[in-house]
Amino acid sequence: MKLSVWTYEGPPHVGAMRVATGMRGLHYVLHAPQGDTYADLLFTMIERRDRRPPVTYTTFQARDLGSDTADLFRTACEDAVARFRPEAIIVGASCTAELIQDDPGGMAETMDLGGIPVIPLELPSYQRKENFGADETFYQVVKRLAQPMERTARPTVNILGPTGLGFRHRDDVAEITGLLADMGIEVNVCAPMGATPADIARLGAAHANVLLYPETGETAARWCEKTLGQPFTKTVPMGVGATRDFIAEIRAMLPDALAPSEAGLRLPWYSASVDSTYLTGKRVFLFGDATHVMAAARIARDEMGFEVCGMGCYNREFARPMRAAAKEYGLSALITDDYLEVERAIEDAAPEMILGTQMERHIGKRLGIPCAVISAPVHVQDFPARYSPVMGFEGANVIFDTWVHPLVMGLEEHLLHMFREDFEFHDAAGPSHHGGKAVARAEDAGGQPPDPRSISGPVMEETGADVVTWLAEAERELKKIPFFVRGKARRNTETFAAERGVREISVDTLYEAKAHYAR
Amino acid sequence: MPKPPATGCGAAPVLKERGQREVFCGLTGIIWLHRKMQDAFFLVVGSRTCAHLLQSAAGVMIFAEPRFATAILEETDLAGLADAQDELDNQVAQLLARRPDIRQLFLVGSCPSEVIKLDLGRAAERLSAVHAPHVRVLNYSGSGIETTFTEGEDACLAAMVPALPEANAKSLLIAGALPDVVEDQMLGLLRAMGIEDVACLPARRAEDLPAVGPETVVALVQPFLGETLAALTRRGARHVEAPLPFGDEGTTAWLWAVAREMGVDADTFARVTEAPRARARRAIAAASETLNGKSVFFFPDSQLEIPLARFLTRECGMDAVEVGAPFIHRAIVGPDLDLLPEGPTISEGQDVDKQLDRARAARPDLTVCGLGLANPLEAEGLTTKWAIELVFTPVHFYEQAGDLAGLFARPLRRKEKLRLEAAE
Repeated sequence: MKLSVWTYEGPPHVGAMRVATGMRGLHYVLHAPQGDTYADLLFTMIERRDRRPPVTYTTFQARDLGSDTADLFRTACEDAVARFRPEAIIVGASCTAELIQDDPGGMAETMDLGGIPVIPLELPSYQRKENFGADETFYQVVKRLAQPMERTARPTVNILGPTGLGFRHRDDVAEITGLLADMGIEVNVCAPMGATPADIARLGAAHANVLLYPETGETAARWCEKTLGQPFTKTVPMGVGATRDFIAEIRAMLPDALAPSEAGLRLPWYSASVDSTYLTGKRVFLFGDATHVMAAARIARDEMGFEVCGMGCYNREFARPMRAAAKEYGLSALITDDYLEVERAIEDAAPEMILGTQMERHIGKRLGIPCAVISAPVHVQDFPARYSPVMGFEGANVIFDTWVHPLVMGLEEHLLHMFREDFEFHDAAGPSHHGGKAVARAEDAGGQPPDPRSISGPVMEETGADVVTWLAEAERELKKIPFFVRGKARRNTETFAAERGVREISVDTLYEAKAHYAR
Repeated sequence: MPKPPATGCGAAPVLKERGQREVFCGLTGIIWLHRKMQDAFFLVVGSRTCAHLLQSAAGVMIFAEPRFATAILEETDLAGLADAQDELDNQVAQLLARRPDIRQLFLVGSCPSEVIKLDLGRAAERLSAVHAPHVRVLNYSGSGIETTFTEGEDACLAAMVPALPEANAKSLLIAGALPDVVEDQMLGLLRAMGIEDVACLPARRAEDLPAVGPETVVALVQPFLGETLAALTRRGARHVEAPLPFGDEGTTAWLWAVAREMGVDADTFARVTEAPRARARRAIAAASETLNGKSVFFFPDSQLEIPLARFLTRECGMDAVEVGAPFIHRAIVGPDLDLLPEGPTISEGQDVDKQLDRARAARPDLTVCGLGLANPLEAEGLTTKWAIELVFTPVHFYEQAGDLAGLFARPLRRKEKLRLEAAE
């Protein structure tokens, strides 16, 4: 039993729904009790879809348990096929139906459903989660329907991984399709998003696969490599360097591919321009799904000039690559799906900015740390009306804007340093380009607002405060430092003091530490 | 006030359907109950699906101090049940150590915990003994196999009834969670009529538990409290039958039924209700301009459908095409059914695809439905009102009557306002 306040991933059958909803002509018959239909609203409300997910739920009730829930499943299956006329169906159970062991897969396979392919899913609800559910479902669909076949005459690729309810999948697919077109490469099939079962059957016609989302498409990509002889791309084209590496990978696979234009790419100049100097060395904490975090770390360090001070992911399946990536940044990766643990890690690292999920956005709000969202779990805000990819060259531009927006900008930051005690123009008022009412500074309000704890209990002071003490004057001086660097200053000073065996921090210690860490 | 219809829907045939039900489970009630009871914590014993539902159901993630959490069952818990009870004890001990402000803990059963027959009643008894007197531990089931949406609140309140203290004198008990502001308005009206001894279930804090006994009369402000009413009746309380307090007519009839029961005379009643009644009428009239003559179709959701259809047809001039409810408690919504003019299909339960076919055929001016159906129906050209807003918004009694009509009018007004078609 594991106590959970918030979850990063839904159950695996929601992953299967993301595949079914992303596709066309595929229907999902899900053996599940009535409440499980809540999952429809993820797609109709968060993603604003204009049609119901292609899912039929058996919605059994307690009174059915005594009689025949299996019968209910058979009827639901027949009705769904008759009403929606899908090209193929996937069948499976949610967590509760898994316990009653009706074996929906076995039942459906023995039914007369007009000869359409029936793909049974085994998704262990008490062990695995949403990303696994999507990856496994897509793999089962591909394994069942795709066949080796003659390659297209022109160089083509498939795009694998995008699903319904994916973080920026809609725009990433458009951006990468455009990039490939610029290289003279056509997309044979994009799947699951937009594909029909008939499209899946012709995956084999492509010369290679572009794996955009390893979380949801890697198992299928590996199967295609083995069975259809298609190589797949290993670099996710997020950020300038990664997009260029991705292009190189494609050109190695498909010798006819052309070099695409970089005409619309603005990130390098924006980052090099003097206005961006203030971004230098900003300490950022990264958390999200492994793919987005690993890509974001490279952008943060190499393309924005940030310092990555913490990174991790919630999907344990990618713990190994995540740990390896973190090592490159001199860090040890945080692998957890416990929101409270992430919150503690962020508090300890005291970053100047968080690049995380919607959950870290709330952690940031509580701790007074700016945050930009880089990864699922998705929120209605992650489906903007405007074109907003995070992959390819336009994606790099979007990332630059998104990451800079939460920060206090260049000269404003300097002014805050210079006139720390101005009653209107102070750090608690927030960046001036953001909405919201500026609050007048309360007398001697020591930085962060009182922290309404959830169930995480008392905060353990692990930054060395139990070893070193702050003298009152030094504490006052610390409060004059703007909040967005105060955490770093406190931490640096304590580390500095501890390393030198200094037990009491005075104003002098504070400034000696400042000089020591100057850059 | 219009006269009651010659023939209401009280005796109308009910279309009973069984098929796919597009509804929430009872766990959803935790979203408002944990705010209503400020020293209560709701611990769902369930699966990742339950946790995911709770953070998705409200359409937003509520991050400020959640007083609910899910103890997610894992493979090991499913293997041996004795284990699961020990695990639960540990989780609860940790939780209560971290949250000393909690006075009531609800162990909430879910589909998986019901199917594996995890005995939460036994757990609650054991844990109550351990953590008494500071914390009272109760249990109820919010599982989808047993409860539909608002039935979760019913199960929660019913679970509290056996622990209520005994009342010996004549008293009035109001059952059903109301927003604090609305509850205060209601208590103000009752006090102005001279009814002082009023208690509410649920109370805002654990120490304010209402008493109940053979001299207690109980009035319901929510239509979905069948189990709670049965539990209170077992404690000797007597039910005051009345339409639900929505709109001018419902509120007046409800208050009058209560007032009569508590010995308030007609003059006092008229004096107290006159001004707010007039305000309610004016406010309803303003919003009704949009609603008058329009047709409405209710998909089953919260059991509020019948009382609301009564309000919309009798006070706002709408025509009901179909009024679907997940479950119809005749003992509670009977008076509303009697007032609802004959004509609409009254349906109970659901077969969502068939019901969608009926809605498409009827093409009502306004469709009241759940979040999973609203955007797809909008895309088909229908105008919809999300039903869940009706349980998340103050809508009861006089001062909210105009807002209630406004909730239904807004989608129609919006459709009239938007000019999005291409130029001819």
